[in-house]
This record gives sequence, structure tokens and C-alpha cells, in this order.
Amino acid sequence: MADVTSHDRLLDEITGPTPGQMLRKRVFGHQGLLIGLVVLLLLTLVAIFAPWLAPHDPYAQSLMTRMEPPVFMGGSWDHPLGTDHLGRDYLSRLIYGARVSLLIGAVAALISGVIGTAMGVAAGYFGGKVDTVVTFLINVRLAMPVVLVALAVVAILGGSLEVVIVVLGLLLWDRFAVVMRASTMQVRRREYVAAAQVIGASTPRILLSEIMPNIANNLIVVVTLEMAHAILLEAALSFLGLGVQPPTPSWGLMVSEGKNMMLFEPWLVLIPGAVLFVLVLAINLMGDGLRDVTAPENRS
Amino acid sequence: MLHFILKRLGLAVLVAFTVSFISFSLLFLSGDPAAALAGETASGEDIEALRRLYGFDRPMLVQYGEWLWSALRGDFGESYYFKLPVASLIADRLGVTMLLGVCGISFALLTAVPLGVVAAIRPNSLIDRAALFISVAGQAMPSFWFGLILIVVFAIQLGWLPPSGTGTWRHFVMPTIVLGYYAMPAIMRLTRAGMLDVLSSDYIRTARAKGANETRVLFRHALRNAIIPVVSLAAVQMGFMLGGSIVVESIFALHGAGYLAWESIARNDLPTVQALILIFSMFYIVFTFLADVLNAWLDPRMRSS
Repeated sequence: MADVTSHDRLLDEITGPTPGQMLRKRVFGHQGLLIGLVVLLLLTLVAIFAPWLAPHDPYAQSLMTRMEPPVFMGGSWDHPLGTDHLGRDYLSRLIYGARVSLLIGAVAALISGVIGTAMGVAAGYFGGKVDTVVTFLINVRLAMPVVLVALAVVAILGGSLEVVIVVLGLLLWDRFAVVMRASTMQVRRREYVAAAQVIGASTPRILLSEIMPNIANNLIVVVTLEMAHAILLEAALSFLGLGVQPPTPSWGLMVSEGKNMMLFEPWLVLIPGAVLFVLVLAINLMGDGLRDVTAPENRS
Repeated sequence: MLHFILKRLGLAVLVAFTVSFISFSLLFLSGDPAAALAGETASGEDIEALRRLYGFDRPMLVQYGEWLWSALRGDFGESYYFKLPVASLIADRLGVTMLLGVCGISFALLTAVPLGVVAAIRPNSLIDRAALFISVAGQAMPSFWFGLILIVVFAIQLGWLPPSGTGTWRHFVMPTIVLGYYAMPAIMRLTRAGMLDVLSSDYIRTARAKGANETRVLFRHALRNAIIPVVSLAAVQMGFMLGGSIVVESIFALHGAGYLAWESIARNDLPTVQALILIFSMFYIVFTFLADVLNAWLDPRMRSS
């Protein structure tokens, strides 16, 4: 092994660090990105392993143990974060709530990402009439008040996890379209795209193997931002009573249910809101970090 | 310039018509608006009667044409719940929402611009880091949670401000902060980036070289140029905020148009919801149009694109 490392070091001295090594160095040198990654990874693990981590059934009601305080406010270790107004274990609901938030964030970002990227890349690559139509659609979409339209549509179709995910996915594609359009326009003029056109590569092939890999870094940044956006919106919809319906353990819904007892039991509101804040903060930190790390001007 | 304005105006009108069509079509998502209106216990005859009464039995495009023609003359039909003209209902409530929007954007500008300027003058200083922290936290803060925390601290614990209602200026303090904080991060980042950019430009070096004092350089030369994109962002944010005020109004029980929207959605009051979506969209369209024109007026380079 020693031989290999000394060999690597020798190679470094001759050729300088490889692009991969430089990327790794930038990633590990960026505090915000690291913190965001670690927190998001932890919360994802919590969501995946929720059935093993949760001490109780998040739906099990118990009228004998209602509104017990968390352990740091004099409660017992049986319910570390206390219980809600129906006697359900707060920690278990919080753990299962991570599933709701992350699922909504990931799937809504996926749906809007596919729609927005397709529109943006088409507009940026083909230009002309396609660009005019896409730009117009972006303008129309931006003019619609997201919260209001999402609330109205979810109310008409009936609040459920699936409906909220699809509605948010169909509403949040605007930033994808804007950013992908601008990035594609930049990449389209590069020589390697012209070269691919000259050797007769088909349009889908040029889009997939010449354009997409070179705008992927911008795409990832928008994915993180829109994930955070979708998670916050779901929480707001559920808080207003027109998103995910009870008894689903959604963090926004937990804040809403705790609101009435906020006077005497402020932790019912503080805990789910704080977790929501931490999750969104982690995703945003990761997104900002990825933008810094992948930006060409920081590559020296 | 006139050509630019006319072009943008045409686009704005086209967007407005498309939005009006979409907000009208939302009514038909439920399949049968008459059945939704009549409720679950209604008989088939009741539903049929309602369908005739509201004209749901006619083709959708005919209904849209009629609705649009009335809407253009300021008639949005009658609220199912209040049995009053929607237009007058909204007119009564819009004042509160607009006041909240103006207060919110003023708060955001008054805090974000100075912070952004100071952060740009001293990059990586303590103030710069604090400003960055405030903006990163602001983007992750669920506004309903922030509002509830403010209520617990300032209304319940300290008793300084009323927790809800519309009566006096003191009722608007917390909603303004919550709504303003939502718009602040973007404005601050743009101010900081713009100032950093401008401060490294040649004409600032020239101004300093000819011996202008630093205050004059910062305000007369740098800020005036850095603020141009901020003005248009603020106009766009204002449009977003009016739409976003629905959450803030519901937390603080401010009886504005956002609160009306929330109530009307919960009550299936579709004419009111349609009208509100259209009106909030119009605000956004008007504000972005004004922002574009203002930008083109301040910066002639924008007129060509």
C-alpha cells in the first residue's frame, strides 16, 4: 500500500491534482455543504428506518397519557418528546413526519424537474418559436399565486399525500425551466456541440450526451432549492388544513394541531417547526454549497 | 422606448388572458361543480336545479366568455357563501392586504438594503457573516412557524403587541415582520452582489482617484447603480408577497383578501376563489410590467432584449 501512495504522490507532482481530487478538496473545504449533506443524510436515514427508530406507533392514541411534557420539561423517558392532544407519542410522529416531508420534497422536485428541464432545454436548444412559447408559459406560471392555486386545487381534488405531491410537482417547474433554458443557451454555442452536429449526431443524442452533462451541475442546484420549496409549501398547506390530512404525521399539520395549545404547551409547536427549519436549512446549505463548488470560477 | 413598452404591454395582456382562462378552468377540475356546490346530501333534482341556476349545463367556453366579459366590467358574480357580489367583498378586504404588502416590502427594503451595502463594503467581516446567516435562515424559516413564535414571545409572554386582529397599527407589526422577512434574503443577496460588482468597477476607482469622499462614492456612485436590479426585484417580490399573504393573514387573523381566499377555499366558494386568483395574478402582472418599464428607463441596455 505504501508503494501505491508514494506512487500517487509522485504522479501528483508531475501532473497536478486530477479534476476529481480538486472537486473532493472543494467539497470537503466547504463547511456549509458538509453540514447540509450530513444533516440531510441523517434525516434521510431516520425516514428510511422510521419503523425501527420510533419508540411507539405514531397513530396509537392513548387518552390516559395526553399532553405529557418532553423529558427536558419534566416528562418521562417513555415519551422522550412528550405526547400530543390525542396521547400519540410526539417523537414517533416526528420520525414518521420525516418520511412525509422528504417524500414530498423528492417526488415533487422530480416531477417539476422533468417538466421544467424538458421545457427549458427545448427552449434553449431550439430557440425561435419554441423559445417564445416556453417563455410565455413561464410568464403565465409565474403570474399564478402558488399558495392560492395549490390550496384551491388540493381542496377541489381532496387532500391526500398523492394529490399534494402531484399539485406541487405541476406548479414548481418554473425555476427549472428558467435556469435550464439559460444554461442550455450558453452550452449550445460551444464547439463540441457544433462538432456533434457536423458529424451527424441525432438531436436526442446531442441533447442527452452533449448538452445534459454540461448543465447537470446547475440542474442539481435547482433540484435542491425546489425540494426545499416543496417541503415548505406542503407544510404551509397542511398547516392551513388543506394539505395532507390527519392523522398523517406531517410536520406542518403537527404545528397546526399544536397551535391551539400553544399558550400552555409551546413545545407542541416549537419542536416540529424547528425540525422543519433544520431540514430546509440543510437542503439550502447543500444547494448553495453545490453552486459554489461546481461554479467554474471557483475551479482554480 | 415606446416600442419596448407596447411590446411588454401586449405580452402582459396575453399572460393575463391565459391566467384568467386557467383560473376559470379550475372550477371544472372537480368534474361537476353543481354537485360540489350542493353538498353530499343533495338529491339529483337539487343538483339539476343548481346546474340550471348557475348555468353549468352550457359549454365551458361559453361560460368562460360570459365570466370574462363580466369580470372585465368588474362583475365577478355572487359569492355562494355570503350571497353578496364577489367584487364588493374583495374590495372591502383588499385594503388590508395591500397595506400589509406595502409595509412588508418596506420593511424588507429598509433592513435588506443597508445590510447588503454594509456586507459588501466589508466582505467576510462579522456583519457580512451575520447578514449571510440572516438571509440563509430566512429562506429556511417556515413563515407560519415564525409567526407563531412571534405571537408566543411578543403577544403572550411580553404582552407588547396584540396577537391577532386588524384594529390599530400595532396589529400590523408582527405580520409585517413575517411577510417582510420572507422577501428579505433575495433583496439582501442582490444588493450585496450588486455593490461588490460596482465597487470593483473602473468608475468607482476614478471617483476615488479624483478625491471624492467615501460617503459620496458609496451613495452617489455605487449604490445608485447597484440598486437598479433591486428595484425590479422588489416589484416582483411585492407581487409574490400579495399571493403569499394568505399564510400570514391566516396566522394573525388579519381579515384581508388572503384570509378571504383561505375561508372561501375551505367553503368551496368558487366564484370568490376564481376572482381572487385572477386579482392576485393581475397584481403580479402589473408589478412585473412596471418593473420592466422602470428597468428599461433606468438602464437603456435593457430595452433591446
